[in-house]
Formats: sequence, structure tokens, C-alpha cells
Amino acid sequence: MPHRPPTKEELEARKIVGINEETVTNVNSTDFPHHYAGEDHAWDLEAFRREFRVEFHQNDPYEASFSLIGCHASIANAFRRIMIADIPTLAIETVFINNNTSVIQDEVLAHRLGLIPFKGGKEGLHKFLKWWKKPADESQINNSYYDFNTVSLRLEVKCEENPDAAPGETDPTKLYKHAHVYARDIEFCPVGRQHKYFSGENAIRPVNPDILIAKLRPGQEISLSMHMHKGVGSDHAKFSPVATASYRLLPVIDIIEPILGKDAEKFQKCFPKGVIGLERVTKEEASRKGSGYEGHEGELKAVVVDPMRDTVSRECLRHPEFKGKVKLGRRRDHFIFLVESTGQWESDAIFLEAVAHLKKRAKDIEKQVMNMVR
Amino acid sequence: MGPKSKSKKEEPVEPGSDVVMEDEPTSAQPESRDDMSVDQNEDEDIDDFEEEEEEEEVQRVRLLPGSTPTAASFEFLNEGHTLGNALSYIINRNPDVEFCAYAIPHPSENKMNVRIQTFEGSGTTAIQALEKGLRDLQDLCDVVTDKFIEAREKFMATKGSSSS
Repeated sequence: MPHRPPTKEELEARKIVGINEETVTNVNSTDFPHHYAGEDHAWDLEAFRREFRVEFHQNDPYEASFSLIGCHASIANAFRRIMIADIPTLAIETVFINNNTSVIQDEVLAHRLGLIPFKGGKEGLHKFLKWWKKPADESQINNSYYDFNTVSLRLEVKCEENPDAAPGETDPTKLYKHAHVYARDIEFCPVGRQHKYFSGENAIRPVNPDILIAKLRPGQEISLSMHMHKGVGSDHAKFSPVATASYRLLPVIDIIEPILGKDAEKFQKCFPKGVIGLERVTKEEASRKGSGYEGHEGELKAVVVDPMRDTVSRECLRHPEFKGKVKLGRRRDHFIFLVESTGQWESDAIFLEAVAHLKKRAKDIEKQVMNMVR
Repeated sequence: MGPKSKSKKEEPVEPGSDVVMEDEPTSAQPESRDDMSVDQNEDEDIDDFEEEEEEEEVQRVRLLPGSTPTAASFEFLNEGHTLGNALSYIINRNPDVEFCAYAIPHPSENKMNVRIQTFEGSGTTAIQALEKGLRDLQDLCDVVTDKFIEAREKFMATKGSSSS
């Protein structure tokens, strides 16, 4: 049989993961060399440049959403994994407790402090600060702290009775001074060149000043100093620059046969708001033979408005009246990313950093492979 | 450490002595290289710590025994699914490659193996296919960066004009 190049529809159909009532079909991508006789599918940078697209949906400092269209899941997943586990951030790593008479135990307090996200001058955080390496010789540890690898912080809070409190007051925050210890009570102690990078607006401070660290009663005291270091999410989740970075595939809703009238309204209710719209059947449609709209002029019909908002709950597949009228799927090469930054990086910068990181990883390995051959 | 003591017990051969290629288990590293991460390999002078940009790299990739020019397995230290999956995808897009897959032999060992087989008549060796894959991956990253910045600029421009 002579080779026939695939039609546009066939190419499109290959990209759709079928979603049925109980099963999923066509899960794996097939655009590899030798998969289809007579088709190339070899890696071609120019073809990738032509076909790959990025679409932004939202771009806020703490939340960004965008679509990568036309890339393989392994690539998208690499970016997601790198964003979560390999982009460095600064977090509290060591807590030196001088005095802690609060009810919260030292180790629990230290853990809570470690999880607080901090922000500060971008240049200082990303360029000036470097990794801190624990010296092999433990006795040398005090010679390993420098302005470019350690940020020190202090927390000194003492709870006292408030003499100005109204008689009969029951609210502890009014009755006592410093009954609640918040993240904003943490004090940044710049040393060396840190003044240059982290002063004024750029000072190192908690992203959210209202995080409650501990509660105190009169006579109780917390006095501690902390060291922050750079780290990565694969070591500890506190170093992850994202609250979450995830992707999902673009849902596809294909209405094969007209869904009209009361059914259309029910169909709309099977989806989240805004996914399915209702439109009147036009005269032109009703007069077209074989369209399925004959004699239904003016009735409501269901149309797909915004499949991106769909959660692919498959609710519409449960009802017999829609049987054979709708086909659900997902686009295999359309990844809708959602990146929520914890505040140290801008959300979109995290993604760019992830791409740069993957490139660097590949470059390093390439060097290593050349070394190996030599 | 658990894995260390175990590997000692199973190793009748003196570490460092030569082993027949076929006899060596696929995923064994010489003792000296074991458990060594890139971060803690040397004691450098603290004073020029900052100036020193690139530190002396340990060899993280090696060819596993039993490899022929067109069919080879590679072992990567300190790599995981992130690079493994992306790399095996891009190598599979090379028409000269007959087979490429990656595996993480054990989750508690920081190792990733990649197997590459190329077609005998293609003139491409497994190492060449690996190098091409790594280069392609870098090119891909450049395109993604460009497109991402482009899309962001476009989005911010339309957003700025519509909100004002």
C-alpha cells in the first residue's frame, strides 16, 4: 500500500486523549520516528520553534498561569519537577535557642520558624548569596559563616502583664504585652555587604508578617538567633520556591450531535460554570439538511464556550440522554501550568529559572560525557 | 550507612583490583566514589571560596560494562526522573536510535541508568546519540525561554492597556 500522508484531522486526533465513562484511551504520544511508516517525526528544532507556543492566562507575583502548547509531557514534567525541587531559596536552617520558656518545645518552635517564607532584595537573594557548605571538620563550623552564605536573624520576645489593660479584660492580646509572637517580630541582622543588598525595601523579612509563631503568657520568654542558608526543595520542602507548581491537560469537549432544549440546560449543569453556553438555533442552521437542527429553529442548543474551565468530571457521560452525543478528551500536548510562588521569587521567574536550570543540567552532563569519552 | 556495609559484604574482590567486565554488577561503583556527592568532595581554601566559580567536578557519568559502540548503558550519579525522562524522550526522537530508556535501579541510590541502542547501519554510536540528545535538550530550553518571554510581554502589554 503506498504511503498516504496523514490528514490534518488525523494529526489532530492523535493529540487527543480519549476520556470515556470508565476508561481512558490513546494515552501515549506516538510522534516518534519509526512509529508511523513513511512519517519522519525526528527531532527538528525549527519545527519545534514553529509549533511550540506559550499562552499566558494570569501573571501575578504570587500566582501565574500559562499554557505550554506543543511539547511533550516529559519536558513539561521536567520543568514542574525542577520548579518544586531544584530552584534554590533562602530559609531558616539553624536556630540557636538562648531561652525558650514558652509552652512550645524548642524543636517544634525551630521547625515552625524554618517553614516561614522570607523575601528580600532579588539581586542579593539570587546573585549575591551563595551556598553554605557544612565544613567536613565540625570544629571549623564557626569559620564557615560569611556574609555571602549566611543571613542571621533574631527573635527576642518577652511577655508581660499590660498595666493599662481595662479591669475585667479577658482578651490575652490586650491583657498582656506580646501574648502572640508573629513572624513580623523576627529581626534581620545584616552583616558585611548585606547592608548593600538588603536595606530598606530590600530588607530580608517574612513574606507574610502575620504568621503566628507562638503564644506566650506573662513571665514567658523566647530568645533565639537564627541562620538562614540557601537550599533546594529536594532537601526540605521549606526551600521550595513554590507553594505548588502543577499542570493539567486542556480538556476537549466535542458535541457530536445537537443537544437541544431541556437537555441542553441539563447538559450545561453537568459542567462547571462558563464551560457550556446556550444559544438559539438560527434559521440558517434549521434549514440545513442533515445538521440535526431541522425544525428546531429558535430552540436552545448547547455549545462549548470555554473548555479550559472544565474539570473533566465526566458527569455528562452518566446520563443516557447524552449517549453518543458528546465526546470528552484532553489535549496531550497542551499543558496548563499553575505556579504559586511562596514570595521569594516572582512566579514567572521561577519557570524561567527552571528552564535555565534544565539547560544547565544538560550542559553539565554533556561536558561530563565528553570527559568520559576522553 | 546501610548500603555501604552491604556492598562490602558482597564484594569478594579487593576494591580497586581489576574485574572482568562481564562479572561486574551493572550498578556498582568503586568504594572511593561511593556516597560521594558533588557538594562535599574537597576541602578548599575558604578565602577564595567565593572567587572560585566552578569547583572541581567529580565524574558523574560512566559507561557501564558490557557496552558496544551501538548499544551502551550509562550510569548518571545524582540524577533522577527529571533529567532521565526528558533525556530519553529527546533521544528517542533521533531516527538513528533503535531503543532508549532510563531506569532508577534503586530509589535509595542516587543513580540513574540510561540504555541507548542505535541501528547498526546508521553510523551513529550510542555516545553520539547521547550527546545529540543533550544538545537538543539545550536548544529546546532556549526556544522555551524565548517563547515564554515573548508570550509574557504580549500578555502584560494587553493587560496594561485594557486595565487603564
